[in-house]
Amino acid sequence: MENIQEVTPTVVRSPKASESRLQLFFKKLMQQKVLVFMSLPFVLWLFLFKYVPLWGWTISFQKFRPAKDLFDQEWVGWKNFNFLFSDDSFYRVLRNTVVMSSINLVLGFVTAIVLAILLNELRQIMFKRVVQTISYLPHFISWVVAANIISSALAPEGIVNILLTKMHLIDQPILWLGKGNYFWGILGASEVWKNVGWNTIIYLAAITTIDPSQYEAAEIDGANRLQRILHITLPGLKSVIVILLIMNLGNILESGFEPQYLLGNGMTVDYSENLDIFVLKYGMNMGNYSLATAAGMFKTVVSFIFLLSANSIAKRLGESRLF
Amino acid sequence: MKESSAKARYSSIPDKIFDTTNIVFMLLIVTVTLYPFLNMFALSFNDANDSIRGGIYAWPRMWTWDNYSYIFNEASIYHATLISALRTIIGTVFSVFCTAMLAYTISRQEFVLRKFVTLVAIFTMYFSGGLIPGYLLIKELHMIGSFWVYIIPGIIGVFNMIVIRSFIEGLPDGIMESAKIDGAGDFITFMRIVLPLTVPALATVSLFVAVSQWNSWFDVFLYNSSHLNLSTLQYELMKILQTSNTAASSTNAGDQFAAGQSGVTAVTPTSIRATMTIIASLPIIMVYPFLQKYFVKGMTVGGVKG
Repeated sequence: MENIQEVTPTVVRSPKASESRLQLFFKKLMQQKVLVFMSLPFVLWLFLFKYVPLWGWTISFQKFRPAKDLFDQEWVGWKNFNFLFSDDSFYRVLRNTVVMSSINLVLGFVTAIVLAILLNELRQIMFKRVVQTISYLPHFISWVVAANIISSALAPEGIVNILLTKMHLIDQPILWLGKGNYFWGILGASEVWKNVGWNTIIYLAAITTIDPSQYEAAEIDGANRLQRILHITLPGLKSVIVILLIMNLGNILESGFEPQYLLGNGMTVDYSENLDIFVLKYGMNMGNYSLATAAGMFKTVVSFIFLLSANSIAKRLGESRLF
Repeated sequence: MKESSAKARYSSIPDKIFDTTNIVFMLLIVTVTLYPFLNMFALSFNDANDSIRGGIYAWPRMWTWDNYSYIFNEASIYHATLISALRTIIGTVFSVFCTAMLAYTISRQEFVLRKFVTLVAIFTMYFSGGLIPGYLLIKELHMIGSFWVYIIPGIIGVFNMIVIRSFIEGLPDGIMESAKIDGAGDFITFMRIVLPLTVPALATVSLFVAVSQWNSWFDVFLYNSSHLNLSTLQYELMKILQTSNTAASSTNAGDQFAAGQSGVTAVTPTSIRATMTIIASLPIIMVYPFLQKYFVKGMTVGGVKG
C-alpha cells in the first residue's frame, strides 16, 4: 500500500503538459479545498497563540512599559540580559533549577525502571493489574491536591512525623517544609510519588517486546531470577532507556513549576525558587516584564540548544526517531 | 518438557522468597499511594472538632456530612465547582474535536499542505514565547475576565494531535478509499468514518484534556484572579493551601484557634481542606480506571512516535 502512495507523487510531478509546478500546486490546492478549510483555522490559531508570543521576545530588548503602545517602547539592547547575568539571585535560581531537574531525572528513571521490572515479575495477573491501576492514580490528580496531601503528611502532626516518632527515629516532630535543606529531597520524593507508576508504562511496553524464548533459554542454562533480570530484561530495555534519557537531558531547565510554587514558602525560598518562579515573580508580581521575558527567553533558547545536541547524540547512537 | 521447567522455575526457595518480597513491596507501594487519599476521606467525613484531637487515620471516628454540606452551602465554592465542570466539558469537546480534525488533515498523504501544517505544529513543541508574551497576548485580545480564556488558548494540543494522527494512519486504507469512491468528501469522511473508528485514541486524548482542564489553576490565577465569578475549584483549594503555608504554624494550631474563637465551630481549615481535596479528586478517581487500556496504548504510541 505504502509503495503505491510513494510512487504517485513522482508521476504527478513530472511535467506532462505546459503546467508549471506552481500551477499544479494551486490546482491540487483547489481540489483539496475541504482539507484546506479543515486545517487553515487551526494553522491561524497556531500562529496567533504560539508564534505571535515568540515575537514578544523583543520585549526583553526594551524597557517595556505596559502603559505605552507596543510599537512605542524604548529599546535598550542587551541591558536586561547584562542585569540578569550580574544578578546573584539569578545564579541561585539557575542552580536550583538544574539541581532539581537532575534529581527528578535520576530518581524518576531509577524508580520507574525498578518498578516496571518488579511489576513484570509478578505472577498474579489480577494483582499486577490492580497495582498498576492504583499506581497511575497520583499522576492524574492535580499538583494542588498533591501539594495538599504532601503538606498535611509532612505537617508536625502529620503521618510522617507520627511514624518516625513511633519508630523512635526522632524525638521531636520535624518541620519538614520549613527547612531549606530538606526541600530538594522532598520535591524529588513528591515527584516519584506522583509519577512513578505512570512512568512505568513505556518500560512495561518495551518489556513485552523482549523475545520470551530468551528467558526460556536462560532458564535451561540455569540462570536465576536476578540473572535473568540483569542479563535479559535490562539489556532489552537499553534502547528505550537511552532514548528517554537523551530526550530528558534536553529538558534540564524544565524543573517544573507547580510543585515548587505550591510546596515552597518563605523559609525555603533559597532552595525552592527556580527559573519559572523567577519569571513569574519579576514579571507578574514586580511588573518588570522585560527582565522576566529575558529570563524566559534564556531558558527557551538554552533548552533548545540542549535538545538539538541531545538529538544529534541520539542520531549518532543510531536512535534516529526522536523528532 | 515446558511444564516441568515451569514447575522448577516456580518452586525453588530463592524464587519463593523473591516473590513474597516482591508482593510485600507492591503492597507497600499501594499503601503509600492510597493512604493519603484515605486519610483525606476520613477527615472529610469526620466531625471537624473531633478531628482536632488527632488520631484520624484511614477511617472516620465520628461520621458526619457537615463538612460537605458546609462546602456546598458556601456559594463561592459551589460556583467554583460549577465553573470547573463547565470548563472541563466544554474545553474537552472543543479541543478533542478540533485536534482530531487537524490530525485527520495531516494524516492524508495526498494533502499538499501536509508537510507545512505538520511542521508549523511540531515546531511549537520546542519553542514557546513564555509567560510574559503569552500574558500580554491574552491581554491584547481582551480575553482577561472571560470564560473563554480557559478554552481558546488550549484548543489544539500538538502531542494529542500526534497520538490521533498515528492512530488514523494505522487504520486500513481501504475504508477511506471506499468512502471516497462512494462520493464522500473529506469532511464527511472525517465525521462519519474516521471519528467513529478513532474512538480509542479520542478516549485517551479526552482523558488527558479533561484531566488538565479539571486540574488547572494557573490560568485562573494569571488571568482571572480578580474575577471571582470565574474561579475554579482547584484555584480555591490552592488559595487555602497558600494560606495554611504562610501561616507558619501548624494547621492544627489554626484549627484550635478557630475552635477557640467561637467556642464550637462547625468546620475547621483542616476539614475544609480534606473535603475539597476529595471533591477535587473524586471525578478523576471515578473515570481514569475505565480508560486505562486506552491511555496505556495511546502513551506507548505517542511516546515512541512523538
